[in-house]
Amino acid sequence: MEKNKTRFRGIASGLTKNKRRNLLLSMIAIIALTVFLHFTEQGATVGSYEVRVLNLCAVYAVLALSMNLINGFTGQFSLGTAGFMAIGAYTTSLLIMPVSVKAKVFYLEPIVPWLENVHWEGNFGLFGALLVAGLITAVAAFIIGFPVLRLKGDYLAIATLGFSEIIRIVFTNTQSVTNGSTGIKSIPNTANIWWTFGVMAFFVVFMLRLMKTSYGRAFKCIRDDEVAAESMGISLFKHKMLSFVISGFMAGVGGGLMASVLGAITPLLFRFILAYDILLIVVLGGMGSITGSIVGAFLITTAKEWLRWLDAGFNIGPIKVPQIAGLRMVVFSALLMLVILFYRRGLFGNKEFSWDGMFRLIKNAPKRVAAWFKPKPKGGGAK
Amino acid sequence: MSVLKTEGATMRFGGVTAVDNLNIHIENNEIVAIIGPNGAGKTTAFNMITGVYKPTSGQVLYQKPNSGNAAMENITGKRPDLIAGLGIARTFQNIRLFKEQSVLDNVLIANHVRLKNGFFSAMLHWPFYYKSEREMRERSMVLLESVGLADHANELATSLPYGLQRRLEIARALATQPQLLLLDEPAAGMNPKETEDLTQFVAQIRDDFQLTVLLIEHHMQIVMDISDRIYVLDYGKTIAHGSPAEIQGNPDVITAYLGVEEE
Ligand SMILES: Nc1ncnc2c1ncn2[C@@H]1O[C@H](COP(=O)(O)OP(=O)(O)OP(=O)(O)O)[C@@H](O)[C@H]1O
Ligand SMILES: [Mg+2]
Repeated sequence: MEKNKTRFRGIASGLTKNKRRNLLLSMIAIIALTVFLHFTEQGATVGSYEVRVLNLCAVYAVLALSMNLINGFTGQFSLGTAGFMAIGAYTTSLLIMPVSVKAKVFYLEPIVPWLENVHWEGNFGLFGALLVAGLITAVAAFIIGFPVLRLKGDYLAIATLGFSEIIRIVFTNTQSVTNGSTGIKSIPNTANIWWTFGVMAFFVVFMLRLMKTSYGRAFKCIRDDEVAAESMGISLFKHKMLSFVISGFMAGVGGGLMASVLGAITPLLFRFILAYDILLIVVLGGMGSITGSIVGAFLITTAKEWLRWLDAGFNIGPIKVPQIAGLRMVVFSALLMLVILFYRRGLFGNKEFSWDGMFRLIKNAPKRVAAWFKPKPKGGGAK
Repeated sequence: MSVLKTEGATMRFGGVTAVDNLNIHIENNEIVAIIGPNGAGKTTAFNMITGVYKPTSGQVLYQKPNSGNAAMENITGKRPDLIAGLGIARTFQNIRLFKEQSVLDNVLIANHVRLKNGFFSAMLHWPFYYKSEREMRERSMVLLESVGLADHANELATSLPYGLQRRLEIARALATQPQLLLLDEPAAGMNPKETEDLTQFVAQIRDDFQLTVLLIEHHMQIVMDISDRIYVLDYGKTIAHGSPAEIQGNPDVITAYLGVEEE
């Protein structure tokens, strides 16, 4: 008994020591990131093109989290993200555009009167616009959820995809609200790097917290075994709906941010291809991993940009490779396939980053490397 | 006081009548067994009671705990999660644990059905949510302790040996705070020692948790040891009903099992 007590105390003090170290490391990381963002915002670290890529990375991270929640954590194969983003993007744009710009953009057919004089200015304006965008998208998800969440698997995927396309087609035809197929341009670039990284950080914390609550655990149980979950008293419909609505909210905010970062949107931007791009991030990062979605978003978004040189034509020594449009995507896809071959469940599986995990990895690295070089024991033979 | 009653409950799948005119009743604090050869319709009967299937005809009636002499509630075809909420919990013949999750999380989630806090108070970590979260953890650990799984709390559920997985399923069912516990072949795949332990375990949880137990089992030893009454199904029909001694001597039962190898 006494012995046990001291043993426990030993473990406990060890834990707090590690915890203190981890807290310190986290603080250093956050401060470093803040300093980096500060200088980047001042234009001191990287050029404006790179800043734009970084912004997109963060926006895609938010979108990947949205998709991961319903697909990876709740196990519902939903592909409606592009449609939800469209709702968020248009809502945000129409709220934050100055009145004079609206008049210029809507030259084919004037904008409806109730939107004509709306102008939510500056950072407060964007905050309100993103919030409204999220809420409207959440309501849309709620309405769509009623019919589609009764479906499962591929059927659910097709139904959500269908609704996503319907939203896009509606937006193409509501000329006086969305400016139709011409789209909207000159959207204020209020969403700077503080905004994109800030919103991303908010949703990371949000997701970490959500998955620690009883509701988050219920999502995972539905993913693992619907029959067992229901028999343990979890209402499938209620929890799928909750997850779907939150996911919709995040997609709406993400879409709104994207509109402000890009400065121009058209309905074509929100084709289902966009949902696949995000799904790719989720799968590469790991279904059911928050860390995975963030890392995946940054990797894929930067890789796509970085590989642009492939499209322009280049030289390998004396061999001249001509300009081939689309070579970038071929190489990109090949790289992806390689990664998925080695990491079947994505880079992170359903695990999260932790300092403890990282230290374990570093500690075990020499052993692992040594294992590669050790001659393999000869087995079998002809005997 | 009857806890559960079925009145002419019948389940047809296309041409197959899996359960035909089932009339059982279970009294408070009893352990009742359903036995019968493979395919007799035992699991189907469970599925009708727990709402996984809606009976083709007939009724399932249930008496909530402490409801005095109120009339029994008709729960025929209610949703499984609502039935769990009313106090009926079950285990599965083919173990259905939440595979990607730890032993503790498997039990924790079964507390969700009794959670009184809404989503927002959970997200905002309001004090009363925090309190109920702590209580859920404590209750779960106590449960794991009582089934002898406390040392495995942080392991992956599927990493446990088979016998312990079955125990974990029972612990998970208990965490929903049931009045009536349905066990579908809890001793399947266990060795004689484990089976022996399980028999005692079931009798013990009945007493500790004030439970009523309905049990499907092929191991005759368990059934004869702990059941108060036994129903025998064959091809969906109830062919016998009585105390263990009565069932053992019943010629119909012996015929039904003749040629069917006991597992
Ligand atoms: N969902 C279903 N669809 C069609 N037939 C079914 C279904 N579920 C059960 N059955 C049939 O109903 C009959 C009874 O099956 P059930 O699983 O209830 O038997 P059991 O008594 O539990 O058998 P075992 O001892 O093998 O578990 C079987 O003939 C089975 O094939
Ligand atoms: Mg069965």
